Amino acid sequence: MGAETNSIAIVFFFLFIALTLGITYWAAKKTKTASEYFAAGRSITGFQNGLALAGDYMSAASFLGIAGIVALNGFDGLIYSTGWLVGWPIIVFLLAEPIRNLGKYTFTDVVAYRLQQKPVRIATAIGTLIVVLTYLIGQMVGAGTLIKLLFNLDYTTAVVIVGTVMMIYVLFGGMIATTWVQIIKAGLLLGGASIMAILVLAQFHFNPAELFAAASEKYGSKVLEPGTKVVTGAWDAVSLGLALMFGTAGLPHILMRFYTVPDAQQARKSVAWATIWIGAFYLITFILGFGAMVLVGQDAVKAANPGGNMAAPLLAKALAGDMFFGFICAVAFATILAVVAGLTLSGAAALSHDLWVNVVRGGKAPEKEQLAVARMASVILGASAVLLGILFQGQNVAYMVGLTFSIAASANFPSLVLSIFWRPFTTWGAVSAILFGAFGTLLLIYLGPTVQIDLLGPGPKDPAALKAHTDMVMAQWWFFPLKNPALFTMTGSFLVGMLVSLIAPERSASAGFDEVERRAIMGET
Amino acid sequence: MDRAQALHALAATRWRVAISLSIGMLAIYFGFILLVAFNKPLLATILTKGLSLGILLGASVIVLAWVLVLIYVRWANGTYDNRIRELRG
Repeated sequence: MGAETNSIAIVFFFLFIALTLGITYWAAKKTKTASEYFAAGRSITGFQNGLALAGDYMSAASFLGIAGIVALNGFDGLIYSTGWLVGWPIIVFLLAEPIRNLGKYTFTDVVAYRLQQKPVRIATAIGTLIVVLTYLIGQMVGAGTLIKLLFNLDYTTAVVIVGTVMMIYVLFGGMIATTWVQIIKAGLLLGGASIMAILVLAQFHFNPAELFAAASEKYGSKVLEPGTKVVTGAWDAVSLGLALMFGTAGLPHILMRFYTVPDAQQARKSVAWATIWIGAFYLITFILGFGAMVLVGQDAVKAANPGGNMAAPLLAKALAGDMFFGFICAVAFATILAVVAGLTLSGAAALSHDLWVNVVRGGKAPEKEQLAVARMASVILGASAVLLGILFQGQNVAYMVGLTFSIAASANFPSLVLSIFWRPFTTWGAVSAILFGAFGTLLLIYLGPTVQIDLLGPGPKDPAALKAHTDMVMAQWWFFPLKNPALFTMTGSFLVGMLVSLIAPERSASAGFDEVERRAIMGET
Repeated sequence: MDRAQALHALAATRWRVAISLSIGMLAIYFGFILLVAFNKPLLATILTKGLSLGILLGASVIVLAWVLVLIYVRWANGTYDNRIRELRG
């Protein structure tokens, strides 16, 4: 990377901004009701929503990050890729259709369906907002760092640009604009990555095995084998696996997308398409990582960024020159923007639809007021995202992603499943399951190695001090040995929810289950 | 009353299909993860030049996820949707 700003990338990026702002202008004229603002007027087709779901999920961290991990470690990148994909079939089988049939704008609608509205909505809104905020911090800090790397822009400027543009999409265009931004971004990302993979494979007779063989000749057969980068202990591996798998099924901005389609059949179709796109994307990034390893070289990748984040853009440069490099950088920027917009909208829905309309106003608020509150909530969340991004500058936020998925798996997923499928579930069962999952995860992460050793320890520069600190911390009675607590917090959340429900049954909640069962299948008719 | 029973039966069938496929996905994925955790040498086996068993199995997890989704969608678009249509009468 030279010192000069990456001008081709900026041109491409401005083209993207111009196009998406044009769409936002068009979407703003169509957004007059809360249903249009939060659910795009239920007008998105299953195929379109599948692309938008993939767009919501394929973050810059997974594109640049996984390509980088593969380029530097080989096989180990595949462990992340599979983990991030396997939650999707679970959403297809268990959640997509019931959520569409039972709710209006948020997954809270589903949990609260046969329970007492206020306590449940407050609890799920807490679960949603913690997930949205931790995810936003990870994305914003990632955005600032990546944009600095890709465009040579100042960190704070980058965070403010991302926050401002995203807020324009969400504020004026609501879900209609956000959906089309996601679709365009997903198309650009899948298209750009596919072209790169084809160009890579063309040099190896279109045989991936030849590419892997070239990598193992260059860096030894260890690149084809499991290393120690990702999986340290068996229990850690299982716990991380659970968090990735069921965390995906508890992400509010993903679950919210099922309301943008007209019916349950389209919800099913959309999530099936999303699984296909996302799986293909991870297979492609695996090829790109190996391509960067062989064609760019590990030293050059590390020299540009020690974490490997520049592997994919550098590969683009090696394959097709500066123009393509600029294009891929712009796609990565667009990716960040789109993911942040989706997150902000789902947080705004929790604040306005769940908390304001259903808790404060008891479910009755005029359309105009709902829209105004929703927009205000978007601005508050957008501003918080920018502030948090600046506040966490320079911090290691890699653990934020694990934290987000753990909370989503432990707070949101259990109560959602129990409310749809378990008759005896009660209001206080739901509230205790959600709060146990959310705060149990926060507590165990704080008491675990990520915070106590990686964050509060003396750092890897002084191995002796680090060892002494680690030994000291590990000897404490309160120390929690796993990096990822989902194994305990998710199963614990299920148990707590069931136990509390069985101890104090709620007649109206179990009586309402027949209606839940009927409506989950038949929809509103 | 018949309609209510038919609906209840359909809900039970849907739950059985959904939970079986979910357990299938769980078994496939954790089978792979536990091999990574406990049997690294096995995954390091080279099948043909450039292709290790680990890479093959990892890619297979993704492909099998697609297959399970395809099985579900075919069942849902056929049997399940037909039963719903019958219930709607």
